[in-house]
Amino acid sequence: MDILGDGFADALRLLVTGDEDAWSITALTLRISLTATVVAVCLGLPLGAAIALGRFPGRRVVLAMANTGLGLPPVVVGLFVTVLLWRSGPLGSLGLLYTPTAMIVAQAAIATPIVTALVVAALVQVDPDFLVQMRGLGAGRVRAFLALLDEARLPLLAAAMAGFGAVISEVGAAQMVGGNVAGETRVLTTAAVLATSRGQFALAIAFGLILLLIAFVVNLTLVLAQQRAPERDGVR
Amino acid sequence: MRRARSLLLAAALVLVPSGCGDDDEPNRKLILATTTSTQDSGLLDDLLPAFTRDTGWEVTTLAVGSGQAIELGRRGEADVLLVHSPAAEEEFVAEGATGRRLLVMHNDFLIVGPADDPAEIDALSPSEALTAIAEGEVPFVSRGDESGTHAKEKTIWAKAGITPEGSWYSSTGQGMGATLQVAAERNAYTVTDRATFLSQRDTVDLVELGAGGPELLNIYHVIEMTERAGNRVQTDGAAAFADWIVSATAQDLIGRFGVDAYGEALFTPDAGRDEAELAA
Repeated sequence: MDILGDGFADALRLLVTGDEDAWSITALTLRISLTATVVAVCLGLPLGAAIALGRFPGRRVVLAMANTGLGLPPVVVGLFVTVLLWRSGPLGSLGLLYTPTAMIVAQAAIATPIVTALVVAALVQVDPDFLVQMRGLGAGRVRAFLALLDEARLPLLAAAMAGFGAVISEVGAAQMVGGNVAGETRVLTTAAVLATSRGQFALAIAFGLILLLIAFVVNLTLVLAQQRAPERDGVR
Repeated sequence: MRRARSLLLAAALVLVPSGCGDDDEPNRKLILATTTSTQDSGLLDDLLPAFTRDTGWEVTTLAVGSGQAIELGRRGEADVLLVHSPAAEEEFVAEGATGRRLLVMHNDFLIVGPADDPAEIDALSPSEALTAIAEGEVPFVSRGDESGTHAKEKTIWAKAGITPEGSWYSSTGQGMGATLQVAAERNAYTVTDRATFLSQRDTVDLVELGAGGPELLNIYHVIEMTERAGNRVQTDGAAAFADWIVSATAQDLIGRFGVDAYGEALFTPDAGRDEAELAA
């Protein structure tokens, strides 16, 4: 129990004093995870919309692939990205391995199928007549589609949050493609692993608590957005 | 729609700052593949800033087992290695893709176990100690990760003429720190390097057992890679690191490392010495 207490005390001390570069590690973690999430949304939203609304051959196969991607093991993604980015690999000339960019690539690869699958789920649950009605009311294709996105905005937001949750808590791929380099690619999860292997359990718990705090703030934002939505609609 | 727009704006705000700050000069950065012991003990935290200050080279450290470090060197993925697995190193150097291999420092391996010493190995030589553990089928935890420490452990088993197997023998596949913790939780014996053990002495409930001796010597070499391992190897960076770590500045830092925290030095600097003399 001492260790847990020390961990709490350490987390507070780290956040107040900025020791062990806690702030820069936290900032880097946020930067990498948020960028990867934005990339995943930019890819997953159109992809998910195409699967949900489109009619094309192989649609079910693509959907099955996206759903498989929900359970994609990060360590497998990490291994693939590492091999691609190795100096001797096909993209080695870019010199990206062990940089934050490599971590963003790997994390985006992890999050994109998650976002895609959840976007599909979000869009198919809207009344199938919705688009027909919007078109009937005289909306153009683009306006009708945007109205559909607005209708499904909360599940879409949840899709983005799920992608973010998957990447910020992830350690296997982050460690492999980032290399856990101090001051450059060390994020909260890999810092916690290193502290653990050094026997610095209180420090590891402190990093874990900061991670939890971030996850909590993100989810709190989501809950608040969901709670406020009906009121806003009522006022309109 | 207002909400969608504010989401986009938030996304843009996050993305803009992330675009900057990545433009370090990539050609002044070298990759050092080394063992977990040099990172977990904190030695590299002392050495690398001084190296960067003295030479201008920045270092990306990959702390892996010696086996993986050598594999990264073999593939040209690392520029310079700091490893402690002499037999594997000699084999690797014989392949012809390396440059210089220089003696840097040593300390020793230890056999550690529960304080009540169930296999009664205290005062036994390393191979006698492992024999007693195997015959008593007392729990033993191995790293099993082809690291330098694992290689040393296998050498001692071989010397004792034992193939360790059975439910008493387990393999973590992890670094030294994690393996020490598993051993402590299971009241098991393990083979560890002194640096990692001292740095974790307060958090693991294990004590040093068995007699030491030349069998347990833990010798670190620096190995330069050349372009024969891959055309992107930074040979000048490798040379700068090898030259620096055997220099008087670095050797002095190595000799003093750990004195403040543990009351004893964790490594003995050996640059320029004859390896055959170390055992004496």
